[in-house]
Amino acid sequence: MTLALDTPMQLVSSRRRRLWIERVTGLGFAAPALLLLVLTILAPLAVLVVLSLTNYEFGGVDLDFVGLANFQKALADPIIRRSLLNTLIYVAIMVPGGVFGALLIAILIHRRTRTRSLYEVIYFLPVTSTLIAMATVWQFLLHPSLGPVNGLLKWLGFAPIAFLSEPSTALATLAVIGIWQILGFNMILFLAGLTAIPRDLYEAADIDGCSGGIDRFLTITWPLLGPTTMFVVITTMITAFKIFDTVAVMTRGGPVGSTEVLLYNIYLEGFQYFHTGYAAALTFIFLAFILVFSAAQTFALDKKVHY
Amino acid sequence: MSASPPLVATVSSAHSAARRFLSLVLIHGVLIAGALFMLAPFIWMLVTSIKPPAEIFSAEIALWPKQFYGVENYRFAMEKAPLLRFALNGVILCAGILVVQLLVAIPCAYALAKLDFPGRNLLFVLVLLGLCIPVQVPAMPLYIGLAQLGLLNTYFAMMVPFFLSVFAIFLFRQFFRSFPDDIINAARLDGMSEFEIVWRIVTPSAWPAIAAFAVFSIVAHWNDLYWPLIVISDAKLAPPPLGMMFFADAETGSNYGALTAAATILTAPLVLAFLIARRRFIDGITMTGVK
Amino acid sequence: MATVTLSSIAKSFGPTRVLGGVDLDIADGEFLTLVGPSGCGKSTLIRIIAGLEHQDGGAVTIGGQPVDHLRPHERRVAMVFQSYALYPHMSVRQNIALPLTMSRLKLWQRLPLLRALSGQRRAVMRGIEADVAAAAAQLQLDHLLDRKPAQLSGGQRQRVALGRAMVRHPDVFLMDEPLSNLDAKLRVHMRTELAELHKRLGATFIYVTHDQVEAMTMSDRVAMMDSGTILQLGTPSQLYEKPGSLKVAQFIGSPAINLLPASVGAGGRLELFGRPMSLTVQQPQGQAMTLGVRSEALSLVQGEPAGAGRAWFSARLRRKENLGSEYILHFDLAGRDLPGVTMRTSPAQAASVAEAAEVTLGFDEAACHLFAADGERIEPRGPGVASASIVPLRA
Repeated sequence: MTLALDTPMQLVSSRRRRLWIERVTGLGFAAPALLLLVLTILAPLAVLVVLSLTNYEFGGVDLDFVGLANFQKALADPIIRRSLLNTLIYVAIMVPGGVFGALLIAILIHRRTRTRSLYEVIYFLPVTSTLIAMATVWQFLLHPSLGPVNGLLKWLGFAPIAFLSEPSTALATLAVIGIWQILGFNMILFLAGLTAIPRDLYEAADIDGCSGGIDRFLTITWPLLGPTTMFVVITTMITAFKIFDTVAVMTRGGPVGSTEVLLYNIYLEGFQYFHTGYAAALTFIFLAFILVFSAAQTFALDKKVHY
Repeated sequence: MSASPPLVATVSSAHSAARRFLSLVLIHGVLIAGALFMLAPFIWMLVTSIKPPAEIFSAEIALWPKQFYGVENYRFAMEKAPLLRFALNGVILCAGILVVQLLVAIPCAYALAKLDFPGRNLLFVLVLLGLCIPVQVPAMPLYIGLAQLGLLNTYFAMMVPFFLSVFAIFLFRQFFRSFPDDIINAARLDGMSEFEIVWRIVTPSAWPAIAAFAVFSIVAHWNDLYWPLIVISDAKLAPPPLGMMFFADAETGSNYGALTAAATILTAPLVLAFLIARRRFIDGITMTGVK
Repeated sequence: MATVTLSSIAKSFGPTRVLGGVDLDIADGEFLTLVGPSGCGKSTLIRIIAGLEHQDGGAVTIGGQPVDHLRPHERRVAMVFQSYALYPHMSVRQNIALPLTMSRLKLWQRLPLLRALSGQRRAVMRGIEADVAAAAAQLQLDHLLDRKPAQLSGGQRQRVALGRAMVRHPDVFLMDEPLSNLDAKLRVHMRTELAELHKRLGATFIYVTHDQVEAMTMSDRVAMMDSGTILQLGTPSQLYEKPGSLKVAQFIGSPAINLLPASVGAGGRLELFGRPMSLTVQQPQGQAMTLGVRSEALSLVQGEPAGAGRAWFSARLRRKENLGSEYILHFDLAGRDLPGVTMRTSPAQAASVAEAAEVTLGFDEAACHLFAADGERIEPRGPGVASASIVPLRA
């Protein structure tokens, strides 16, 4: 290969050619993703906007624009309001339990040497299990007359509780099952955060007199886990808000609507009653909450102190 | 400093040894209690699946079956519902989704990380926005579209919304960004096409991230109920969660022996995979958190 | 009284023996350095003194009181870590104040909500503020008090770590390689600062380092360690001028000491490269010994090698290193498969040696160090050598 000395013009044009190739390649690589982005997210979103402003029913022929009537109806609908409330109550129970339970377990497991692996596996098992399958098992576990939980209560002298058929306990029971499922996942995240805290900080604290469990937790562990905790809280909130599976399989929204949650109502309206326009509006309300949570997450993560 | 005679020294060291033992008992007590809570459903599921109906419906609650009825329960479950078919559907679904996800996300992530092209920033903003939008949001329009195209009740329909994983794009982009430019430039000088560079040089280096994502994707889609519920009504195509729901419906919830047998069969693949590839699972979760 | 006494300290991590029966007496107000290669056990020893590790055997006393049963913060010691271990989420002020808030406030007075109920807390906090300000002033940290560690330079972080240690007025300061993370220039500056701080405070300093320059320049006494034992304890001069073993001789001093193989000839006379010297030892004939000669003890021999009390050998120049005020010349030992020697000399002398030239190097026999096959120092007898003096290996 001869060493050809490029003239300045040739250099410029070869550079420009390279840039052009890079541009084309970049677009080419991104094209499938871009196409899917449009087809599976953007276009549907646009359609959803349109639908939410109509009274379209799937399978029907009429389509009238009704403006914001769907939204007004949704916000005034007692079923939807109850549904929102249920969802928020569910979040309010599941998030503290799932986050602080996981934090406690992570702190306890963190310093074990021989048993740590074993506990990690046991606590993570529910995360991998198919919730629908386990839902059946939970139904049986909590059965008023056949289940061992009530068996234990009876043995202790209490009256049996019909966990899933009592309106006052059904939602909380679902929340406990939700905690059961997510605890291991959050625990792993907290373990990662705990491992990131340098060991010599604890040693320096030991010499400084900060050696009791409470002191160490308040002075070092909790502050340095801040970003991790924030992340876990927000992720758990989003996961909790999306609850659907256990309701669809175990309670179908009952008893007397005490476990009807937002996503379940959206499913019913959209895919059982086919009130498509109305369901679209509900979906936007659902999305609004998710976006608020996600925004809070980004905001909190950005604000985290850069140590 | 006050004088401390040896006697006090031994007493206080015995004290602290006792205190250490007590705290250890307390710690493991809490951990074991929690572990029992975690394991209770699994244990009950396995135990019930081998009990005869008489024992299941008896008033007294016992852990271990007096009569081994496992074969009957499992056979009944397998006959009544195509459980293995459900599991197979799960495998097809997860594999299909994962393959396309990787094929789409890796080049896109590489382009976002290393190449300059018009619209790059816009694309990245869209990716970030996509992270905030769960699949339940575009579900309805997608359903309508698929219905119009007559594509309901197909494997394709079950996979479509998931082909694009913005999470994968985001994750891999982070990884690729830290890949040294020098190696890429050297490869270019050696005459490698960009396509080859992506698949033969950069992708192998991101193997931990890819494996972690694969775990994440498989677990999520094996256990997904919402979307399959919407697009599938034919039990032959049902993935495990949907299959379980069909089965439980058909059984009108009274044959707990068969139900728990079915639950065991459907839960087993993932649980076994987890027990075998523990490290991968846990690293995968950690990576999503470290993001 | 801040004397520190270690008796028979032993420690193993699993099957590995890290410390094997270490005895050490440190005087009140002394600057003692533990120096040695990586893995010699010096960090483990200092952590045992601090109470961060528990020894398998032996006892530690501080100020005459046994401390083995005491928690670290009860021992009246303070420690500066290699990584400084500053609390990243706290300001400089809070970092320095932490030891004081831990010791002066009760637990409930520290808890987030309950502490509002304490009447005394404000007064105690004011006292703490004053102490923190005093420490900060001594270390010129006043203008940095509200910054977080991430916003400080390496040297500033180190001073904060010192401040946090000082503010408790401990009896003993423990330092685990505190200068390792600083760049060369800063390290030289901090050496002076630390030495002056020691003089000002008058406290006992126990300093750990792998850098023999730090050990030599800062300490009152140096304990050289290797493989879990103390090889030699003495002043820097003692370790340099009378190294008790081969390992000490090789570790202390830069460039490293030159080692030449010698053998014992008839009548116990030492022979260097077959040439008899005027030194004799009480060793069997044929025994192999090692001769150590410092690089500044070598000189170029012009003409005939001079007579009594001088030894010489031939070498070939391999390289000259120019340090400005002096040169370091590297020689190969001609025709022998041995590591080369280095020689310090003036620029004029260095210029007189041509590239790859064959020269003769000579040294005073009295200036050499003799080591037996097991590495222990042997005192030879001969003209010009002081009669066998017993070198104290342990102080």
